[in-house]
Amino acid sequence: MSVSEKDVRKIARLSRLAIQDEKVPVMVDELNGILNWIEMLNEVNVDGVEPMTSVVAQVLPMRDDVVSDGDQQAAVLKNAPKADSGFFVVPKAVE
Amino acid sequence: MTDLTKLTLKSALDGLSKGDFTSLEITDAFLNKIDAINPKLNAYTLVTHEKAREDAKASDARRAAGNAGALEGAPLGIKDLFATKGYRTAACSKILGEFKPEYESTVTSNLWRDGAVMLGKLNMDEFAMGSSNETSAYGPVVNPWQVEKKLTPGGSSGGSASAVAADLCLAATATDTGGSIRQPASFTGTVGIKPTYGRCSRWGIVAFASSLDQAGPIAKDVTDTAIMLKSMCGHDIKDSTSLNVPVPDFAAAVSRGVKGLKIGVPKEYRLDGMPEEIEKLWQDGINWLKEAGAEIVDISLPHTKYALPTYYIVAPAEASSNLARYDGMRFGNRVDGKDLIDTYEKTRAAGFGAEVQRRILIGTYVLSAGYYDAYYLKAQKVRARILEDFTKAWEKCDAILTPTAPSAAFPLGQKQTDPIQMYLNDVFTVTTNLAGLPGISVPAGVDVNGLPLGLQVIGKALDEETLFAVAGSIEKAANFTAKPNL
Repeated sequence: MSVSEKDVRKIARLSRLAIQDEKVPVMVDELNGILNWIEMLNEVNVDGVEPMTSVVAQVLPMRDDVVSDGDQQAAVLKNAPKADSGFFVVPKAVE
Repeated sequence: MTDLTKLTLKSALDGLSKGDFTSLEITDAFLNKIDAINPKLNAYTLVTHEKAREDAKASDARRAAGNAGALEGAPLGIKDLFATKGYRTAACSKILGEFKPEYESTVTSNLWRDGAVMLGKLNMDEFAMGSSNETSAYGPVVNPWQVEKKLTPGGSSGGSASAVAADLCLAATATDTGGSIRQPASFTGTVGIKPTYGRCSRWGIVAFASSLDQAGPIAKDVTDTAIMLKSMCGHDIKDSTSLNVPVPDFAAAVSRGVKGLKIGVPKEYRLDGMPEEIEKLWQDGINWLKEAGAEIVDISLPHTKYALPTYYIVAPAEASSNLARYDGMRFGNRVDGKDLIDTYEKTRAAGFGAEVQRRILIGTYVLSAGYYDAYYLKAQKVRARILEDFTKAWEKCDAILTPTAPSAAFPLGQKQTDPIQMYLNDVFTVTTNLAGLPGISVPAGVDVNGLPLGLQVIGKALDEETLFAVAGSIEKAANFTAKPNL
């Protein structure tokens, strides 16, 4: 499988990464180089193998369903690029 | 007075305990040395002079009151991936800007609980993505070995390795997703261990690939890494993958010896075109362990060559998801655009470096509709095969001996143009991340140019003690005492 310029633009859009026009062909080459190398995995027989989703054989622990943290408005906003009156300030998202 | 910065962690702790010097004295010695040497190496991205001296004074007071912890008064360097409350934590990325966490990572909290002193934050590849420390937004780190040649200290924990090798801290924290502790340790003549996945809490460590990331120490010798690891480890309810198991006295295992142990040597790690001196170093290691009473057994890990391509599906996939949080809204830098989406895209394009963007794109592609089964699901199945290789190997041996990296440190700039050439640095280390197993790199010799080379010992899950025993035995036999000349 290989990617085209159209694919790279689509992936960049999905990734929310602005990509300059002149960078698109470079990215096509780089991604195809990596993807071709990855094709090596087609040699491996994985019939009947369960996909490995975790390296630790343990079930996710449960905790009591109670509030354990909160009331940290100032701390939460401390690193915000823009904040006002206890809120994050963000570009308009709904028309 | 002796140069306190040249002490090992163990001997410094002994000296502090005997009252030979105070924490403030050794801390000042390190701060002075950092101020003199760091401009040459760029190992620290932030030196916390005032905080270090305050920590040291508080430590001296605790010791005087009879409340000394396991690392009481020891000045350490912290990789920039660990959140440190009130001190810039940027994962060496532009996108985090001057981010100052309002919380402390569990691993560093454990170190402070035990009395350690923070000297500052250590340089690394951006978001830990790299093997040469060249992707850092703060510029590359220089290896203290043959400093005029401007060699890489390896990566991603290049700052940690460089600082330890140059005596700019007693020991350092580091993290390892595909080899980021062990390869830099090998390149700098230091010792680095990646413990079993789940030993160290990932809480408060900036996430790269969550199923692979694991913290561990880089230090001057095997005993020092054992002391550091004991403090760093432990169950944490804030990380759902943290293991609730007892933490052994790792340092006690270092001198245990290898008599009767079976050491596996995997034939698949003998690569075509591998430098002869690495082959020879590996043979030296085999001979040393044999002489110390271990039995050497040939083993096979047939899926080894598929580990890197598997990693370059799994790691970018997880990274693309983890790095979605950097949108310029709640923290970090924002670049304003014409609307919300445009702001996201401009913020991320300006904030992430080239390698990080490459991995986000690959990760997004392999997870996208129509490709998920062919790439991600396939990689997870091959990953199961790689784990199976190790499970079978453990029927024949107790630990595995390999080289750590396929070369010694190379010049900065040499491998930047070809991503795959750079990825191949991790060919011997990445399998243990995929399988969740512990691995340690111990310096064992030098190459033809006098640059350090490491041997890696891989162990069974949660059997770091055997790792320390084997590494201790190699350390004793190798008697590697060379130091960089700064």
